[in-house]
Amino acid sequence: MSDDVKVDLELDLKGLLCPLPMVKVSQNITNVPVGGVIRAVATDPGAMADIPAWAQSTGNEVLSAEKEGAEFVFLVKRLK
Amino acid sequence: MGDEGKKSLAMVVMSGDMDKLFGAFIIANGAAAMGMDVTMFFTFWGLRAIKKDVRTGKTFFGKMLGTMYGGDITKSNPSKFSFGGMGRWMFGKMMGKHNVQKLNEMRDLAVQLGVNMYGCQMSMDVMEIPQDAFIDGVKEPVGVGFFLLKAQEADVQLFI
Repeated sequence: MSDDVKVDLELDLKGLLCPLPMVKVSQNITNVPVGGVIRAVATDPGAMADIPAWAQSTGNEVLSAEKEGAEFVFLVKRLK
Repeated sequence: MGDEGKKSLAMVVMSGDMDKLFGAFIIANGAAAMGMDVTMFFTFWGLRAIKKDVRTGKTFFGKMLGTMYGGDITKSNPSKFSFGGMGRWMFGKMMGKHNVQKLNEMRDLAVQLGVNMYGCQMSMDVMEIPQDAFIDGVKEPVGVGFFLLKAQEADVQLFI
């Protein structure tokens, strides 16, 4: 996967349920510079649908969304 | 479209039921997180969701309503499975176990995320709930005309 991507912020979303994973990503996206990347780890399977939808709606980009065991790992790039 | 070309959501919250309020605030917070401009118009039973835990009512009936349907959002009961407060307790336990945010926390998060909350002036008059009974962050009361304008401009309209 995207091991070569530089991560600017790690976000622990484990244990959080809808809509909080999306809300936390939204609240933290301005904590990285434009072009910066958040690596977020969630346990709520719903985040697999919600975070890409959030990115589409807000004009940001999900570089990857992968299931790793019981966790869901997202790389989210701030585009604006 | 709302301000700055943002998408917007306009929602009527008429219900004071716990389950429906969960739905209302989850959607509102999700929409705010997605960068949408959110308007929540609280009317009738929904007013308690934005109320502080204070006594209200001027007339006999108003005071009776304030006593029997008083308190704040934490007093809301599920629309089914209520059992005189047992249901609230049970769902509270179940949601706590699954780490769902409490209803009052979701409401406060909505304020924090900049969700625009308004009380319905007419319901406030009828139910004798003044503006100063509401939590900080609730805007000055409005009427249906204001809501309809927001709804016309909105991309999503909901009635809960």
